[in-house]
This record gives sequence, structure tokens and C-alpha cells, in this order.
Amino acid sequence: MANLDINVGKLKKNAFRYSKVRGETASRIRIPGGVIDAKSMGRVVEIAEKYGTGVINITNRQGIEIPGISLRDVDKVNAEVQEIIDSLRINQPEKGKGYPSSGTRNVIACPGARLCPFGCYDTTAFAQKMENNIYPNDRHVKIAFTGCSNDCAKVRMADFGIIGMTEPQYDKDRCVACGACVNYCKRRSVGALELVNGKVVRDTAKCIGCGVCVAYCPTRAWTRSREHYFRLVLLGRTGKKNPRLAEDFIKWADEESILKMVKNTYAYIEEYIDPDAVEHKEHIGYIVDRTGFEEFKKWLFEGVELGPKAEVNQRIYWGGKNYDKYGG
Amino acid sequence: MGYVLTKAGFAEVIASLLEEYRIFAPVRKVGAGRFTDVDAVIYDEIRSADEIELEAKSDYASKEFLTPLSETLFYFTENEVKESDFDGRPVLVFGRSCDLHSLKRLDQIYLENGLAKDPFYKRRRDLIKCVLIGCGHSYDNCFCVSMDSNKCEDGYVFSVDLIDGKIHSNILDESFDKAFSAVSGSEKKDVIPRFVTENDVKVEIPEEVPQGIIKSELWDEYTTRCINCGRCNFVCPTCTCYTMQDVFYSDNGRVGERRRVGASCMVDGYTDVAGGGQYRRKNGERMRFKVLHKISDFKKRFGYQMCVGCGRCDDICPEYISFSNIINKVNAASKEVKS
Repeated sequence: MANLDINVGKLKKNAFRYSKVRGETASRIRIPGGVIDAKSMGRVVEIAEKYGTGVINITNRQGIEIPGISLRDVDKVNAEVQEIIDSLRINQPEKGKGYPSSGTRNVIACPGARLCPFGCYDTTAFAQKMENNIYPNDRHVKIAFTGCSNDCAKVRMADFGIIGMTEPQYDKDRCVACGACVNYCKRRSVGALELVNGKVVRDTAKCIGCGVCVAYCPTRAWTRSREHYFRLVLLGRTGKKNPRLAEDFIKWADEESILKMVKNTYAYIEEYIDPDAVEHKEHIGYIVDRTGFEEFKKWLFEGVELGPKAEVNQRIYWGGKNYDKYGG
Repeated sequence: MGYVLTKAGFAEVIASLLEEYRIFAPVRKVGAGRFTDVDAVIYDEIRSADEIELEAKSDYASKEFLTPLSETLFYFTENEVKESDFDGRPVLVFGRSCDLHSLKRLDQIYLENGLAKDPFYKRRRDLIKCVLIGCGHSYDNCFCVSMDSNKCEDGYVFSVDLIDGKIHSNILDESFDKAFSAVSGSEKKDVIPRFVTENDVKVEIPEEVPQGIIKSELWDEYTTRCINCGRCNFVCPTCTCYTMQDVFYSDNGRVGERRRVGASCMVDGYTDVAGGGQYRRKNGERMRFKVLHKISDFKKRFGYQMCVGCGRCDDICPEYISFSNIINKVNAASKEVKS
């Protein structure tokens, strides 16, 4: 048997982990939107038992890693994951060769409106649409979808966080002033509602579009808007230098604009990424720190027409820890 | 005597009736449910036959035309009062057998409970005629057979059953015959409206609920399970409670209006009295009051059961509390209390 002679860069790009155990790797399965059919899950189990150690890692970004795979079995595993790739409809230029890239991370989604009473839209469907919009790509981009302002998907730790919103519609003729919406908005949300003269007044500046009023209204005086809206938050990150939460960019954004803005981001990265970046990898946030937000915004908005309700935060100042500047 | 006609023919019937009547019927409101992309079936004034939801049981009852959730009764300014404008055109209200049976209960409270007749109810009541929607099958949570409200011999002008894409109508009020006979292709035929003869859910109500039941432990679990949202009352075809709002317009405190809005014995505030007292603080106590009112107190006063067994309270309860199951629990407990 020949000695191992592995192009590690290519290996990683092919969605196999560089393992601390010499001679071993882990196969990384993308699950955009966090939903995998049971048959594919069975396939994962088969691969883990046949090529791995019978163990499966559930990753932080809703993916799967099958560890303990011999580097000699990479081609065989690539052949075996094909059915999973097909069933999850992952873009792939060549069949049978495994995943074409790993830079753009698995697109995360909370269960959303398919299951959750508070979900304001089908997070999985939007995540899958986003995946098709941007994958495969080697650039390091993290995108996460969450159904409502509870942010169970922790989208404020991603480059692009998409938070579902609904614009509450009020039919005053169905309102009996029971006070449920006012009470629950105050206790479970931001307290944007007030009873005035026996009817409810919504503070539109304060309202975050979470839909709690709709969920608790016993008479259907409050209903959801036909349109699904989103709050887009930008450039949150973890890491050594300057971990920080994403900041609000657009309130009441629409799906099409978000898809376009994320797509536009890749052109911006190509233009401005540090050519000497380690492993050619640089978080977008650090690029924006260098070019300034105004320049990034210019690229983002290329060809984008926001809806009439969209409120854009033109200036964003991120916080977080600055270990690289001030130490820890 | 009746007719069988196509949906298009039925649309013609409705169009011709709309020249004379306002029509209120269950309408599927897309996305208007509690949750994203979930519909709600709610009563509304319709403009064409295709708006009418004939298949699904409505989430809210047909009482909403007679007793609107919120209605301005009159306006006042300084020394003058003006009654709110009122559309006096005749009205057709679509309803299932349970809904039609609920009318007697509503009339009982608003018109036949004491000396005064409620004029704001009466002015609406005088306008309406009912259209029966037949029930081809029992729906989730229905227990109309136990409550003897599964059939109506009369009380409607014509019936509507959607069977295999055709509308089957039995005409009880002959004045409606011409709207049907005028439709080309309508087939004159004897039609019997469909009624349910058996439900999955059955209840047994004790002839007399013993007084001791109020001390039963069966109510206790509802203190924590029930969230006192009042949905069971708002969807109930026989709940009639309301409260008043005297509102003074904020621009001018000398002008305002009096509104009547729906009230619920489950919701906070219902038993509030001067001095801060509250008769039924715990949700278990409120549940006891509601249940005993429906299956015992009303009957003691009027001689028949209030509940019509439509099961809408069970359909809508966000906490999966089953009213019919409570009735059966009361029945079992009543036997124990007696013995």
C-alpha cells in the first residue's frame, strides 16, 4: 500500500475535516435548513458504521460529521454520500465526487412556521432557497434563519441573520378589550401595545413584529399580515479578535432583497479580501472593518429594490470585545 | 320540495338573493388563524357564493351577526344622544343545525329573560332568516346528538348541502322558490338536508347536578391548565355575556359613544366588583361556573339545556381542555356525590 499523500486544501474543500488523529478524517454532511429526510439519516448511520467508528457528531451549525473515517476511504465515502446530496438537493457540478466546497457554511434554520407556533415564515424553505442561491462557494460566509424575534437559531452570531416578522393587522370591530395582547406583549415581548378608549393602539416604532399579539388574541382581532417580513441583522461573529453580535440593518425587509444582498456580498468579498489571508479565509466582518460600512453597503444594494415598508439603518456601529486592540 | 343544482347555478341563486338580502356566512380567511399560514373560518358578509365555506365547521359561531363582538349602540354629546345608524335591509344567516338551535338560547336571554327585551338585539333579530348548512358527517369534537341539536325540522328558509360538487337544497319558505326555479338547469327534486345521527363524542348530563359538585376536586386541575383566554366563550354559539364601554373621545371629553363588547366569564375582570373584590379568582372556579351554567343553571331557569354540542370550545382551546370531557367528569362525580 502506498504512503498517504493527501492535498489537505482539497480535502477540506471537499468537506472532509483535518483531524488531529493522523490518517483519519470526518465527513461533513450539509443540511441546509436543518431538515433531513429519514432515509438520508439512515444513510448517514450506514456510512458511520461502515467507514467510521459508529459515532455521529451533530454540529453547531445543524450539520453532521461522521468521524473516524480513514483518509484512504475518502473516494468511497464520496460515492456513498451522493444519495444524501441528491435528496437534500445540494448544488453540485459533478456527481459522485462529494461536496464541491465547504467555505460557505451550512445554512441554519430554527424549525420555523412548519412546527413552531411563533414562527413567522417557513425558515427551512427560505434556508434551502438561500443555499441554492449561494452554494457552492469557497468564501467563508455564515447565514442563519430564525422564525421570530425569540431568535432560537442565534442568528446574531452569523454574518447574515434573518429574523421573521409579521405586521400585526388589527380589526377593531373584533376587539373586546380583553387585554390579552397588551398583557402578553408586555410580558413576552416589548410592550408595544396599549388599551386606549377600549381599543388597542400599537406603537409602530416599538413593535418588533413578533406576532405574540396574534397568537394570544382570542377573537381574531389581531391577525398576521399576508406578506412575510424580515429583520436583517449583519456581521455577528465569534472568534479570537473581536467577537460581537450582529447589528440591525433592515427592518421589514423582503425575501427577494435578502437573497440578492447575500449574493452581492460574494462579489464584494472577491474585490476586497486580504490576498494574504491565512488559508485564503477572512470573515466578511473584518473586510468591512477595513473598507468601511459605506463601501459594503454600496455593494450590498447593487440591483436591490427594497419594499415600501423597509426601514434601513444607514449607520451601523458594532460592539463586542476587542481582544486584538485592548487585550483580554 | 327542493332543487339540485350546480355550483354555478347556486352562485346565480345567491346573486339574485343579494339583490334583496345581506348575507352572512362562514368565510375562509386565508392566513387569519393563530399561526402562520393557518386559515380561520369566520362569519362575514359575503358578496358572492364562492366566498361561502360549506365544508369546514366554522371556528367562530353564527351568532356574530346578532351579537357582534363590538358594537356602538349610541353616541352622546352634552345633552343629546343619538342611536348608531343601522342597516335595516333583510339578512340571511347561514348556519349548521347547532347554530340554528343556538338561536333559541340567544332569544331566551335577550328577549325572554325578564320584562325588557333588548332593543339592540331585537333590531337585528327581526331582520334575519336562516339558511341551513347540512352536515354530511360529524366534525371533530361535535357532540350535537347528545345535546339533541343535530336536527332541525324548521327554522330555516332553505338548506344547502354540497354533495359531489352539486348543491342540494330543500326549500321550506316558498318565497325563495323563485330564486331556485329561475336558474337554468336546476333540477326540481325532493331533498332532505343531511343531519348527523351519531358523533364520536358522547356526553351524559345528570338530570340534576348535586350542589356538592361545587366542592369537587375535579375543578382544581383547571386552575393551572386553563389560561383564562376566553376563546371557549367567544366561539360559543350560546354565550351571550357582554360588557359596556363608555368612551369619551380624547380630542373632546364632552363627546363620546357607548359600545357593547363581548365578555367572557373566563377572562380577568368578569367578576370584579367595587372595592377590588373578585368572586372567582382561580381559573378552576371560573371553569366550574361556566360548566355548571351551561349544563345546570340555565336549565334550572329555562327548562332545557343551553349547550348545543357544537364542540367549538374544544376545537379552539389552546390548552387542549375538553368541555365535553368535563361534562362526563361531572356526570361521574355527580353519581359519587349522590351516593
